[in-house]
Amino acid sequence: MKSSTARSPDTKAPDQVAENRLPWTREQPTRKRRFSDRILSPLILSPAMTLIVIFVYVFIAITIWVSLSNWGTLKVDMSIRQPLGVTYQQMFGMTRWHANLRNVFIFTALFLSFSLAFGLLLALLLDRKLIGYTIFRNVFLFPYALSFIVTGVAWRWIFNPEKGVNVLFDTFGINKLIEAFGGPPLHPGWITDTSVLFSLNTWLGTIFPPLKSLSIQLGIPMALIPVVIAAGWQLTGFAMSMYIAGLATVPHELREAARIDGASELQVYTKVVIPQLNPVTVSTAIILGHVSLKIFDLIFAMSGGAGPGFVTDVPGIFVFDYTFKATRYNLGAAASVIMLLLVCMIIVPYLWTNLRKR
Amino acid sequence: MKINTCLPLTKLATALALLLPFAAFADSAKKLEVFSWWTSGGEAAALDALFKVYKERTPGVEIVNATVAGGGGSAARPVLQTRLAGGNPPDTWQAHPGWELLGQYVEPGYCEPLNDLYQSENWGKVLPEQLVKLLTKDGKQWCVLAGVHRGNDLWYNKKVLEKAGIKIGDTISIDEFLADCAKLKAAGVTPLAVGDSGIWATAQLFENTLLGTVGPTGWQDLFSGKMAFDDPKVKQAAQSYAKLLEYQNSDHSALTWDQAIKAVEEGRCAFSSMGDWAHGEFTKANLKDDVDFGWVSHPGTKGGFIVVADGFTLAKNAPHKAETVSWLKSIGSKESQEEFNPLKGSIPIRTDVDKSKFGPYHQWSMKSFASDALLPSCVHGEAAPAAFQQALNDAITQFVVDKNVDAFCSALVQAAKESNITK
Repeated sequence: MKSSTARSPDTKAPDQVAENRLPWTREQPTRKRRFSDRILSPLILSPAMTLIVIFVYVFIAITIWVSLSNWGTLKVDMSIRQPLGVTYQQMFGMTRWHANLRNVFIFTALFLSFSLAFGLLLALLLDRKLIGYTIFRNVFLFPYALSFIVTGVAWRWIFNPEKGVNVLFDTFGINKLIEAFGGPPLHPGWITDTSVLFSLNTWLGTIFPPLKSLSIQLGIPMALIPVVIAAGWQLTGFAMSMYIAGLATVPHELREAARIDGASELQVYTKVVIPQLNPVTVSTAIILGHVSLKIFDLIFAMSGGAGPGFVTDVPGIFVFDYTFKATRYNLGAAASVIMLLLVCMIIVPYLWTNLRKR
Repeated sequence: MKINTCLPLTKLATALALLLPFAAFADSAKKLEVFSWWTSGGEAAALDALFKVYKERTPGVEIVNATVAGGGGSAARPVLQTRLAGGNPPDTWQAHPGWELLGQYVEPGYCEPLNDLYQSENWGKVLPEQLVKLLTKDGKQWCVLAGVHRGNDLWYNKKVLEKAGIKIGDTISIDEFLADCAKLKAAGVTPLAVGDSGIWATAQLFENTLLGTVGPTGWQDLFSGKMAFDDPKVKQAAQSYAKLLEYQNSDHSALTWDQAIKAVEEGRCAFSSMGDWAHGEFTKANLKDDVDFGWVSHPGTKGGFIVVADGFTLAKNAPHKAETVSWLKSIGSKESQEEFNPLKGSIPIRTDVDKSKFGPYHQWSMKSFASDALLPSCVHGEAAPAAFQQALNDAITQFVVDKNVDAFCSALVQAAKESNITK
């Protein structure tokens, strides 16, 4: 009485039933179907759609508008700032913003390689199903359950230049050992270190002279390394669980076939299993990539904000400082728009290929 | 059929949604909502003292203490801004005089003027004129101050200096200070303690050094646009500041300002340049004024008093206006001023209070308050718009690393232009 299959006497699968339906049964089910397709599903979806349209797309539009406006004090002023887009021009002239872009790209690159590499390694180790497999799988996944603030506070203490790991260098005699070989004792400033590794300014300057006068060093800020370790520690478990799920989909027959063909155990992994994991790598990189582009809380907890010489500054902190501390709503909105574009650069190609596959 | 079973639930939800807004309007008792970011030990106790006096004067009013924790109001301000912009202001909120009050809150029309209150209470007679000027716009006063901190103090550990054979008199010049620092460094003591994990702490050091170089008139000229931020004097101040940074503790960016004061207390460092909220840290450690620690105006700033004051406003369309006015009246009373300030570690704004309630440091500070030029602080948002304050913090963040005086000054010039300090 409730569904068309129950009413029709044959036992074919539902969609086949729909195609080969007898004339006398046709009318009512199609009307029902039409009702559910054309009216009911949009009706059920409409509250959610309305909310999404308002709270996502309308607000994105408002943010873009604010970024072009004169709203630079507590007083709301939505008139368009002339010349158009001058706030963006100003922002891209700011030393701090240059440092932000450098940091967010370096951080994303390092953090992705760290999490993916260790996630894959752990997944492959667990794939061997050694003793304590379930325990370790959970242990590696636990950090993912914490919030970034908790991780940030804990790692801030670990990387405190006066206490934390630096104490270990002394107590375990590592510094004595280094001094014995004539080196200076190891006392890294970690999150407070202002040096930039592999500075490319002079090299890039020979190719493109304006870069020589750039007020920031293009390279890897040392202070970001503790942040990468903390973020990697938290999200490696996530990458690992993605890889474990991916490994489960690699058919056992493939491995068997490779072994029969004389592949060594290493070759089974490098030539058969890991290439099969490429789609997993892509999805994990995209999920982690947009986390890292939007990062705010971890860095805020670890370094308290921009850090000396903006070594740990990221667009998220820039937006917070300029919107809520400096009340320059237009500048904060402009930075948010650029953050959105950065995330879009990752997400849109992914969605595009996914939709095309379907 | 499935839909039918859902209907009662939907009805219930709709009914609830319609009823909820009315629940919020149910109370109409006498109330007063006070918004501040005074949550730490001494600050909370001081706020409680204000409440106590108010309750004695105006019984039967329930006080809603809307505090948001977070140093210097960093977390509270976003909440306040949202409430103001959303048309749901607290009755009264904490504000610094000067630009923050007049530019940020009064100019967009979030406050009510208080000139009637100032007249009826005769505050014009007991408050220093220079101070009242900081909270006056269009001939009207806009907030009532609870107390005043002095920003340009140099604190030192007496025992450490004695050991190094250094004596500090009534005043000290920047060159003398640099010479002392060199002497201490040679003796193996870290001369200067800075805790700039919150960048404002080192910005405060620069601000004090800037005042020490340009002087009180120069300070007024800078923030009224008569003197440019790339003036040779400002550059000289930046150079002195760069020299001072050579003498700071190596772990400065991992510490907060109070941890830096602790380094002075424990004798790991000799000096720290900080406002007199640092005094509370010394007393908390059971150290005695003039015995264990000493103070002097930051080098070159004798005769100037950087005001870091906290006041309360009257919101436009305040939900409980009568209660708020009596609250502000209570804050300005002699009684409140005497109760609040010893706990907060600040000094009263009134000149007619009982000085014996205060210790040696605060008596010294009151003397300076009565005779020196009272200047608004830039680091605490009084001298210039918040956007300039942020630009200064950013410029300092960069300067601490690259010590590039020209880039630093041109960043400030640019920021001054954008914030309409200079045309």
